Amino acid sequence: MNVYRREITTPLTEEKVKQLKAGDFVYITGTVYTARDAAHQRLIGAIQRGEELPFEPQNQIIYYTGPTPTRPGHVIGSAGPTSSYRMDEMTIPLLKLGLKGMIGKGVRSQAVIEGIKNYKAVYFAAIGGAGALISECIKQSETIAYMDLGTEAVRKLKIERLPVIVAIDCCGGSLYEKEIQYKCNEN
Amino acid sequence: MRELHKEEIILAVKEMCITINYQLSQDVLHAYQAACLKEESSLSREIMENLIKNADIARERDLPLCQDTGMVIVFVEIGQDLHIAGGDVTQAIQEGVRQGYREGYLRKSVVKDPLIRENTGDNTPAIIYYDIVPGEKLKIMLSAKGFGSENMSKTKMLKPSDGIRGVEDFVIESVIQAGPNPCPPIIVGVGIGGTLDKAAYLAKKALLRPIGKYNELQHIQEMEKRLLEKINNLGIGPQGLGGKTTAFGVQIEVFPTHIAGLPVAVNLNCHISRHTEKVL
Repeated sequence: MNVYRREITTPLTEEKVKQLKAGDFVYITGTVYTARDAAHQRLIGAIQRGEELPFEPQNQIIYYTGPTPTRPGHVIGSAGPTSSYRMDEMTIPLLKLGLKGMIGKGVRSQAVIEGIKNYKAVYFAAIGGAGALISECIKQSETIAYMDLGTEAVRKLKIERLPVIVAIDCCGGSLYEKEIQYKCNEN
Repeated sequence: MRELHKEEIILAVKEMCITINYQLSQDVLHAYQAACLKEESSLSREIMENLIKNADIARERDLPLCQDTGMVIVFVEIGQDLHIAGGDVTQAIQEGVRQGYREGYLRKSVVKDPLIRENTGDNTPAIIYYDIVPGEKLKIMLSAKGFGSENMSKTKMLKPSDGIRGVEDFVIESVIQAGPNPCPPIIVGVGIGGTLDKAAYLAKKALLRPIGKYNELQHIQEMEKRLLEKINNLGIGPQGLGGKTTAFGVQIEVFPTHIAGLPVAVNLNCHISRHTEKVL
């Protein structure tokens, strides 16, 4: 497989999203927001109640991570991706508000794949279990909401060349799908 | 009767918690290196190279290997001629975990009630299994289990007639269903026999074995090798993005069971596979 390497910067416009294809190796530079299980429940609750969100999702990227505590003198602790499927049922409302990218690991539901297609978004897989390597790409970290959630709070991160792989592109092309077919052919 | 002070247990558990979260064990590092050589696509090779780099950064820059620093599971073998002085052995282990996770800047991932979900704030309680054995030593086998892989684990009560084939199909099916979620390349722990709980216990305990160390029973060892080959032919690969290395090892433990049953449990571990042991 040929690997295409791309550099992208946030905010993630539709134009930028359309250039990305499943299987591309991408380095992201700019701003991303962290949110995992508990933060998603709060974000969705806020959307349902019509409340303002801690950040405007339009053209932004959410990173599913819950970092380890920050050592003195460090920007952040280890901060790799968590499994994305647990956020599947809480993803569409955010895509509706213009969220353009998600970083996590592992498969997504069919509903999320449809959502990614409909709202022209992209799903990136970061390398699970590479939390130390990813931590080095994070240059600033600020907790902006849900402080009481500890590791699950929403953080605004400034990142520099965070390595990810396009797992599902805006046409619904999925790197995981390809592999499943490959497996079937093999058997 | 030999005496061991609880402070020694606290210190040992604390150090073990920190070490396994910052330093990749040698057996795992060798497995990473072997996978790098075996992988053919540039994507899967790049992933394995990044994992080796991650281990270097973790060690040199004092960052845990992964942000999921796990729930601690401890298997303890207590010699029946050993006296533990100064206090309760369970409390000593929990205190070691508490100190390790605090002083090691490790993530506190444990919630007090599975439904109310309030964080305990110190990563306790650890799950502890005790075995009373002959002698006067205390052996602590400790792992920090991440839940990306734990969530993909399964158990099934097979029929005796399902036999070897039934067990192997269930293991393969579990690995396929887990796909990229448990952070492959994985280690597949399998418990066969006993009861529902015993099979799950054996599957977890099997994960403590170093990669490349097989079961001593001939027919089980053959099954481990056969399953590993089948799993690596699935093509799931590093991170589930395709490749030749889906698992580093299949580790099976067995136990006598009832004439009517064939319990099987599959406990998956991620590629970091944090585990260590110490004899006091």
